[in-house]
Amino acid sequence: MNNIISSYSLIRPGHVRVNEGIEYHDENFITFAEFIKPFFKRLDLGYPKFYKMDPLSKLGFIASELVFRHVKLDLYDKKRVGVVLANANSSLDTDLVHQESISNRSQYFPSPSVFVYTLPNIMIGEICIRHRLNGENAFLIAEKFESKQLFDYVNELFQNNRVDVCLTGWVDLVKDKFEALLMFVEPSGMEISKEKSGKVLPFSEETMDELYKIM
Amino acid sequence: MRPIYIAGDNIITSLGFTTSANMEALMAGRIGIHITSDPHLFPSSLPLSLVDSGILEEQFMAVLKHYQKKTDSSSFTRLEKFLIISIHDAIKELPYKFQDQKTLFVLSTTKGNIDLLEERNRALFPHRRIYLWELARIITDFYGFSNPPLIISNACVSGIIALMTAFRYLSSGMYDQAIVTGGDILSEFVIAGFQSFQSLSPTPCRPYDALRDGLSLGEGAGTMVLTSKMEKSSPIGIKITGAATSNDANHISGPSRTGEELGFAMLNAMKEANLSPADIGFVNAHGTATPFNDEMESKAIALAGLLDTPVNSFKGYWGHTLGAAGMIESVASVQSLRDQMLIRSAGFESLGVPEPIHVIANNEKREITSFLKSASGFGGCNAAIIFEKG
Repeated sequence: MNNIISSYSLIRPGHVRVNEGIEYHDENFITFAEFIKPFFKRLDLGYPKFYKMDPLSKLGFIASELVFRHVKLDLYDKKRVGVVLANANSSLDTDLVHQESISNRSQYFPSPSVFVYTLPNIMIGEICIRHRLNGENAFLIAEKFESKQLFDYVNELFQNNRVDVCLTGWVDLVKDKFEALLMFVEPSGMEISKEKSGKVLPFSEETMDELYKIM
Repeated sequence: MRPIYIAGDNIITSLGFTTSANMEALMAGRIGIHITSDPHLFPSSLPLSLVDSGILEEQFMAVLKHYQKKTDSSSFTRLEKFLIISIHDAIKELPYKFQDQKTLFVLSTTKGNIDLLEERNRALFPHRRIYLWELARIITDFYGFSNPPLIISNACVSGIIALMTAFRYLSSGMYDQAIVTGGDILSEFVIAGFQSFQSLSPTPCRPYDALRDGLSLGEGAGTMVLTSKMEKSSPIGIKITGAATSNDANHISGPSRTGEELGFAMLNAMKEANLSPADIGFVNAHGTATPFNDEMESKAIALAGLLDTPVNSFKGYWGHTLGAAGMIESVASVQSLRDQMLIRSAGFESLGVPEPIHVIANNEKREITSFLKSASGFGGCNAAIIFEKG
């Protein structure tokens, strides 16, 4: 059975793209903080938990919200929705914050609300909490975006009937260097979410490589 | 789906540098968690399970010599030494080559070379050594593996996900063999974090006990060599037959209230293995000895229909070894399946969880054909995997 990417989002400094449409474009972009907070407000989600997340989780959260906006998630069994993400920097951005809080013995103040984000899969946890997703999880690390690695992992989940649908992609952030490509994968012909007029994107290494190169 | 066998293994912890050294310690009831005072790790003293640095150095020098490596021991980090020694011990007697395209190397770690963020270590290694992919590259280069490494960093279930992924890729024919290695070191970083959560016990941890009051941290590494091409002459064959993960979708640092999600990961793993709860010889659970984790696990065990099945946790022997935990605990459980031996859950005296699980209170010889290994971690993740004889 072939699978398709029925919705995707791309975020890079100054640019946000959702499926065929440009969502946000600002040549004068400066920092992650300057971008993310107003962008979150614009989405008008009414989800205050967002503010306590670390920057990596914020990025993954926003990217997933943009994908899910075009997906009829409620029609799926939440135990059969997988989330498989990857990046290069793991949780280094928050690791540095935690290390800073313990590096000086006279100012030794480690905080549990920082420490918990020193694992990259916390971002998966945040996305799962938001949408009550209970299915298969994995967080992979690679030096750079590797479509093959994600494809192999997710394709196996579908082939052996471990998921009905899967959110997958790359969410990487250190300070003001960040990028996210998230994709919602469904079996072809069974797709509930795909809008009829939209272009069909087969779930493949080639498609992922093309999407990653768009911006 | 073709069967996937375990061809070789290793455990490195405070209790020894081989699987057999660790098993001897477990059988004798030896505990590797000791009160430690090391200002580089923590401002005051606390119980930790640490790998002996002197023996580590000796072992590593021997491995360098074995492979005729000209590199100096000081150009490898503590964790890299763990991983390289662990792999060497697991593969040294195997008749296979591991440098071909059909071999996959899978690395499980939560924090990798995180000690390199410390001021005192920063100048010792190139900056890029902090990245998990660079750590994996060092190991890949050392052994000359030809495929890019697969790196899993998924909190405390990393080790099980690494084994599960190798099992899935091998059984679907993508690879013929896999070297799956997990490791994490104890660092100022990790200890301070768990201490800030107030989840560390002042004494060696006591999984499932009424008096449990938190976890003990440990360090170590473990390796399993998986193959789809088991030689007929091999000793008692053990295979992986099912595995699954799930997410609580409840809280990023607290476990599920109901245990339902770990419960269905266990049920999914048993379903894939075509086993019913009555077939499972024992459950080697996560058992961190924090009040909430053990409580949640007891509920999951009940929901999975495993209340009559013996349960143990190895955390009372070598503490919580994070990204190594799923690996080393799976290896030790495989050995106890080979030996037909249920191993006592160290630190346990009287049941302190809501569901009446059967915690193993004494070592016991018993006929068993399979076991289920489980874990749960931050981010609400759960994982379960099943190993069977034959």
